[in-house]
Amino acid sequence: MVERLIPTALVEDNKFCPGCGHGIINRILAEVLDEMKLTDKAIGSMAVGCACLMVDTFGVDWIQSPHGRAAALATGIKRCRPENPVFTYQGDGDSMSIGFSETMYAALRNENITAILVNNGIFGMTGGQMAPTSLPGQKTVTSPMGRNTDLTGQPLNIINQMKDLNIGYLARGSVTSIKNINRVKKYIRNAFETQMSGGGYSMVEILSPCPTNWKMMPDKSLEHIDNTVTTYYPLGEFVKKGGDSNE
Amino acid sequence: MSKKDNTKSVLTLHPERCKGCRYCIPTCPKDAISISDRINQKGYKPVAVDMETCIGCGSCYTICPDYVFEIKEVQ
Amino acid sequence: MALKLMKGNDALAEAAVRAGCRFFGGYPITPQSEILEYLSKRMPEVGGHFVQSESELAGISMVHGAAAAGFRTMTSSSGPGFSLLQEGISYIASAELPAVIINVQRYGSGLGDIFQAQGDYFQAVKGGGHGDYRMIVYAPASIQENVDFTTLAFDKADEYRNPVLVLSDASIASMMEPVDLPEMHEHDPNKNPEAARGKGDGPFKRITSTMYYIEDFDTYVKKKYDTMAANEERWESIQVEDAELVLVAYGITSRICKEAVMLAREKGIKLGLIRPITLWPFPAKAFKALPDTVASFMTVELSPMPMIQEDVLLSLDARKPVHNFLAGMNIPEPIDIVEKAADCIKQTAKGACNG
Repeated sequence: MVERLIPTALVEDNKFCPGCGHGIINRILAEVLDEMKLTDKAIGSMAVGCACLMVDTFGVDWIQSPHGRAAALATGIKRCRPENPVFTYQGDGDSMSIGFSETMYAALRNENITAILVNNGIFGMTGGQMAPTSLPGQKTVTSPMGRNTDLTGQPLNIINQMKDLNIGYLARGSVTSIKNINRVKKYIRNAFETQMSGGGYSMVEILSPCPTNWKMMPDKSLEHIDNTVTTYYPLGEFVKKGGDSNE
Repeated sequence: MSKKDNTKSVLTLHPERCKGCRYCIPTCPKDAISISDRINQKGYKPVAVDMETCIGCGSCYTICPDYVFEIKEVQ
Repeated sequence: MALKLMKGNDALAEAAVRAGCRFFGGYPITPQSEILEYLSKRMPEVGGHFVQSESELAGISMVHGAAAAGFRTMTSSSGPGFSLLQEGISYIASAELPAVIINVQRYGSGLGDIFQAQGDYFQAVKGGGHGDYRMIVYAPASIQENVDFTTLAFDKADEYRNPVLVLSDASIASMMEPVDLPEMHEHDPNKNPEAARGKGDGPFKRITSTMYYIEDFDTYVKKKYDTMAANEERWESIQVEDAELVLVAYGITSRICKEAVMLAREKGIKLGLIRPITLWPFPAKAFKALPDTVASFMTVELSPMPMIQEDVLLSLDARKPVHNFLAGMNIPEPIDIVEKAADCIKQTAKGACNG
């Protein structure tokens, strides 16, 4: 057993809704940065959306990006400051809808940055609108009868878009259990290790609950991810150029 | 949980941070966590922990989105 | 002083490098593409970074990131691409970061066409992007001024922590003239303690809209732009001392107007010229200091609708007639300007000219 202390980057209580997965993801990201001694050097490129709520509570240098442009900002930062760990923290609306182009091109250029993409299948901050990642039939405030894939297309699987690219690391995890949380923490660590060894673009997509906008109790939200969401978005490591981390 | 040294894992609870999502309750292997009756400053009924039952395993720390739990090593 | 013959876009790009610009992100669009091409070769030579971005949206965002990291940085575009830059410009202004933006104007709304024009005036000087911000806008009229004002733009961007725009056009971009280039300047990205470089032992930095952290932001931001407006007007006045009609034109058009003034004077027509060098702040002071002989004004604009006219009228408190010579997509001949001006002088004397 080891001490489990709140990591240093979490300087204030988070501002997320009850049961929101961002709180868990914030903590494991902060743990990885502390354990790798990167908290003092890290520069984050922050999405627009619920991610914005981290600006005062997660104590690393932040740059607020325009909606969707976090990967482009991160590119500018990383090219100028290649020694610093540079990461984006984005939701699925930001990174895969308005920012799909910026997200994909950062991967296509194999920018040596780490993308943390939190997929809760919905636009959270704006009140639960349909996202590219919303599941077929999913009821949202802009798909009140359920997502009709004939009209809106199939859910966007960003891993499938990226897995054949020349990039350093690609993984998808979830935060539904101790096992999955520990696994996704390892993915985040692998991603930063890829970056710090100059291994190119690394991305971890994290399936995360949004009980508020899913209109689901938190425990049911976790079950929904395990039982349904993961059938569209399978978990695992998809690209791993650098081999296993030492952890 | 026995250890090589004589330290013991002790839970520190920050109930004022709790938003009542209850992720920790089924996660606790000892069923040591319950919901209290009072309402905290955030407006939620925070969790309470039966310290006699708690083994300091840290599962609650891992699942909690709101940094309610910490595990500290004490002699 | 060794003069070098250079094309407008190339000279501008070299001036940026010599001002210490070490990051450029941008996207091809005629007639600014030579800036991109030049810097793709030149940036690596000086240890800088060049990224051909997937779009103007991404390009300006890369510039935003580089600026936040403390580096001197620039993007360039034209017309349709300049529209796409507005998002990032607003964010950069809001975060109070320095950056230099180049718009090499081309003709028309929508796709338009690639030849010279001045139709982006309103977008350049009245905001363009959303919210409450302004940009100093320099209007070079020669290749040397491309160099001088690009250099100055970097200094002013740092001074005010605000994006600065150089509003060129297809003519200035494509012409070749001899230029005197400044010495190479190295900019220290760590000079500003607010640059993103990791928090180190200190507090973490939040590079976002400064409105979140400044008390009485309304007053603060108004004062910022009022100070810029009060201190940064630049213009050139030519033979206004005894003029009856003063032409108002910037950039390439102002050069034609200079010739028109000379031509008019040979014919005994008393024309003068005010050439705004900054379009924002508009040089209102130039209009306050005119002699009583000046009875009217005529803007000469490479657009089918008047734009500068509005700012001239504001500068005059609308007390004198302001006519237009709207050249649209045709570069005007000096003689045509003189003839229209002479006509306006006559009509103003009769008190009857409106356009």
